[in-house]
Amino acid sequence: MKNIVIIGNGIAGITAARHIRKRSDHHITVISSETEHFFSRTALMYIYMGHMNFENTKPYEDWFWKKNRIELLKAHVEHVKTTDKTITLSTGATLGYDILIIATGSKSNKFGWSGQDLKGVQGLYSFQDLEEMEANTKDVKRAVIVGGGLIGVEMAEMLLSRKIEVTFLVRENSFWSNVLPRQEAELISKHLQVHHVDLKTSAELEKILPDDNGKVKGVITKNGEQIDCQFVGLTVGVSPNIDFLKDSDIEIKRGVLVNEFLETNIPDVYAIGDCVERTYELPGRRNIEQVWYTGRMMGEVVAQSICDTKTKYEPGPWFNSAKFFDIEYQTYGNVGNELKPNEEEFYWEHQGGKKAIHFVWDKNSKQFLGVNVFGIRLRHEKFDAWLREKRSIEFVLHNLSSANFDPEFFDRYENEIVSDFEKKVLAIKSAVV
Amino acid sequence: MRSLRSIGLFLFLFSFFLFLGLFFMSEYTLTEEIFKSKVKVEHQESLQPAMAELFDQTYNTSYAFVNAVSGVIDQVNAEFRQAQQWDKVIYDDYVASLTKASTTGMVVDHTTLLFFLVFGIGLIGALLFILPKAKLEPAGIKNNGIFHDALNSRGWIGILIGTVLIGFYIMIYFYDAYIMNWIILVAPLKHWIYPQGESSQWFLYGFLYTFAVLVMGGRMIVKYRHSKYQIFRTISVMFFQLAFAFLIPEIMVRLNQPYFDFKNMWPLDYDFFDAWHINMLTSGGGLGIFMFAWGITLFVVGVPVFVYFFGKRWYCSWVCGCGGLAETAGDPFRHLSDKSVKAWKVERWLIHAVLVFAVIMTVGVLYNFITGTSTIFGLDTYTYLRKPYGFMIGSIFSGVVGTGFYPLMGNRVWCRFGCPLAAYLGFIQRFKSRFRITTNGGQCISCGNCSTYCEMGIDVRWYAQRGQNIIRSSCVGCGVCSSVCPRGVLNLEVKDEKGRFGQPVLLGNNHISLPEIKAVN
Ligand SMILES: Cc1cc2nc3c(=O)[nH]c(=O)nc-3n(C[C@H](O)[C@H](O)[C@H](O)COP(=O)(O)OP(=O)(O)OC[C@H]3O[C@@H](n4cnc5c(N)ncnc54)[C@H](O)[C@@H]3O)c2cc1C
Ligand code: SF4
Ligand code: SF4
Repeated sequence: MKNIVIIGNGIAGITAARHIRKRSDHHITVISSETEHFFSRTALMYIYMGHMNFENTKPYEDWFWKKNRIELLKAHVEHVKTTDKTITLSTGATLGYDILIIATGSKSNKFGWSGQDLKGVQGLYSFQDLEEMEANTKDVKRAVIVGGGLIGVEMAEMLLSRKIEVTFLVRENSFWSNVLPRQEAELISKHLQVHHVDLKTSAELEKILPDDNGKVKGVITKNGEQIDCQFVGLTVGVSPNIDFLKDSDIEIKRGVLVNEFLETNIPDVYAIGDCVERTYELPGRRNIEQVWYTGRMMGEVVAQSICDTKTKYEPGPWFNSAKFFDIEYQTYGNVGNELKPNEEEFYWEHQGGKKAIHFVWDKNSKQFLGVNVFGIRLRHEKFDAWLREKRSIEFVLHNLSSANFDPEFFDRYENEIVSDFEKKVLAIKSAVV
Repeated sequence: MRSLRSIGLFLFLFSFFLFLGLFFMSEYTLTEEIFKSKVKVEHQESLQPAMAELFDQTYNTSYAFVNAVSGVIDQVNAEFRQAQQWDKVIYDDYVASLTKASTTGMVVDHTTLLFFLVFGIGLIGALLFILPKAKLEPAGIKNNGIFHDALNSRGWIGILIGTVLIGFYIMIYFYDAYIMNWIILVAPLKHWIYPQGESSQWFLYGFLYTFAVLVMGGRMIVKYRHSKYQIFRTISVMFFQLAFAFLIPEIMVRLNQPYFDFKNMWPLDYDFFDAWHINMLTSGGGLGIFMFAWGITLFVVGVPVFVYFFGKRWYCSWVCGCGGLAETAGDPFRHLSDKSVKAWKVERWLIHAVLVFAVIMTVGVLYNFITGTSTIFGLDTYTYLRKPYGFMIGSIFSGVVGTGFYPLMGNRVWCRFGCPLAAYLGFIQRFKSRFRITTNGGQCISCGNCSTYCEMGIDVRWYAQRGQNIIRSSCVGCGVCSSVCPRGVLNLEVKDEKGRFGQPVLLGNNHISLPEIKAVN
């Protein structure tokens, strides 16, 4: 029986703990300074909006941990000393381990703007951020959100649910266009405007202005525009939360460096989830993958490696999902914001402007590479199989209806999509031939 | 648009408080004439001396009047009992009929006008409040503020409404004479549907129930207007409540046929096999016999066949009256259900206990019917089975707790913990059905919306986050978990039974094998 210590009780750390417990009798301790129990970070917005309370965001009831002999410790880890296999807590106490799993997640980025530490200026990552946001947005009339990513749009939705007007500063020329292709970025931009988000594209933050009490009173953009506001949300991405490792022997760059077995440079020390930076490439994936699913998969892998057989982190084809106000988004495979030279695409949009689908495939082999879909639900299982089996774009389109995952009675668009595809793509083909 | 909503709310509250106010707005004067016309000749003699003291006295509240009248009857009966003159004891319920006949004042004089003021204005107000929502905000899930709201989250409004509902149910079931003003209020409608009929507390109840299902059904449709599943389902329960539960039975009676709700069935309809009911149907001619056969076919053949092909939802969230109210008027409270494993344990014990009770009771009454006796193993079935069931299950559990506790415990307390038919439907759904809720690969982010809004208290997320399909006997297939899921993870499907329980391995990493995953215990 080994003594396993996991730092971080997010999806990565908790998945590892649960699966280690399923497979073994090791002694497991999970440490976190955020909350006593695991909660779903992805649901933070729903607490603020009143869709749920904090209790509802806990995936397991509080008795679960004791019953499964997973020890929880609410404390902050200050140092890791790998030479004698101990960690030091902020209380001064030290704790030994046989195996250490680092799963400390991310923290919000700040880029050294003047005024970024004023009262009323914040990011959104932790439960404490949420509490702060609750306090900071009392009696606020207008808020400015800086940075057009997923957390930014969630913050916009949160604020609007409290009738706070939102100005959204986006550096690119439409929403999230460093990830989404132009068509989708425009579709979402329009939808944000339907929801009365004041979207300012090609707008960058210059500085944040204080009032006499050290509170934010407005921002100035690089174009010199001043916007009065009482709250500023900084949602310009997140980065690995690993400052406490700087004085340790564990190798870090932007994140904790790991090989394909999620091992760090130090034996018996693993890292999983948001805080990881892979030292090797995986096709279609960045080296730092800050998504829920990655944390989960890495947790499963590390548990299997520790308890049974050494297993590589080999996530299948990329998938992800999000929701932009009322529009659900799913993606399978890879659809970049710009076509690569070897790629071809087909984009279909429903006239209502709330549904769209975007396919990308290889020009020469016709191999299907990825799909972005909005307002229609698609079956993960099908697309996962098609991507693994390297199916052709024609095959995917012909079998599209078998991958539909919308509820019964919903309008179906496969016929429209396929005939549009035939009109646009095949017609061009024959013209060229 | 916003001001329309405010006007609507104002009108609705006006009619609601007018309705509540009508409770107090009559006077009650018993006269000799009324007494003679309502009380059977054989009882007049024994009651008259004591009752005469009340003649021509005016009472200001139904409470005082009812107490006075029943006081007299109780006193007379007590004397008979004392004298051991058992045959003279009066069992007829005169209180309600005397109260109705003795009621005077505004409610009696302007019944039709008040009916329109309460229900007409109420309807207009409710619609003005509900419909503009469709224009005010884009379609989609908008559960904003539900957990901050004094009505939805057991705040003071919720507690108040719960108290009013509980009080109302207690009066409907046990003290109908107190609410005579309301019974009189709906009399014009009763006469319009069935001119010879008398309005009763049951007609009042049926009408209010239907009114609530229709108005709140409208709200449900506006709220979920982006989901055809929710729209069709809501129209279906509205239709079945209006036509099958409310109008057709009344029309049947008008046509001199037995009162019959074609969509209700044993064991929810727990007195279906009571001798009086069988006799009523079978003596009602060809149609009556058809009704009897229909009622049996529905639960013997209809339930297994339909549950096999569609799941329990065909009944619970498309047809049933209790379900209909829960899915319309109860929707604002669906998140109040208890999701703990403990509650699930209680649920399984309780609902199956009620089913067993219903079966035993039915065996008893059928035995009585066939043998023409009124006892089984020497025990009187009325005293030991029918009466306790009717009181505890039929009235207290399904009515007072089942509906009165909407704002406190959620909208499906009865369906989840008590309904014997749900237990039976659920049993088939669990073991022999094509229905399941499919989990979409590895897309779940464990946010918890699905579990929160599951009115049956199913911890949907527990399954979804491990990639498992959701197959639970209690799932009524309302589809709300699927609607509220922000990642498109859940889908109600009917498919081949093979692979129904789903692979417990999430889509994702290669070469991951998971030890067998067991359900929560
Ligand atoms: C608002 C929001 C919405 C999101 N929505 C989505 C989504 O829809 N889909 C998606 O895929 N991803 C989403 N994400 C990203 C996703 O939540 C993260 O990728 C995921 O939670 C990372 O999990 P993790 O276990 O690696 O780390 P975390 O969940 O960050 O957990 C790490 C824990 O470790 C603790 N910790 C860190 N350092 C220490 C220390 N030194 N001592 C003690 N404890 C420490 C932290 O306090 C934290 O509790 C969202 C993120 C946010 C903030
Ligand atoms: S609502 Fe959807 S994403 Fe959220 S926990 Fe349920 S299934 Fe998972
Ligand atoms: S599991 Fe879903 S469909 Fe079933 S009762 Fe709960 S919310 Fe409704």
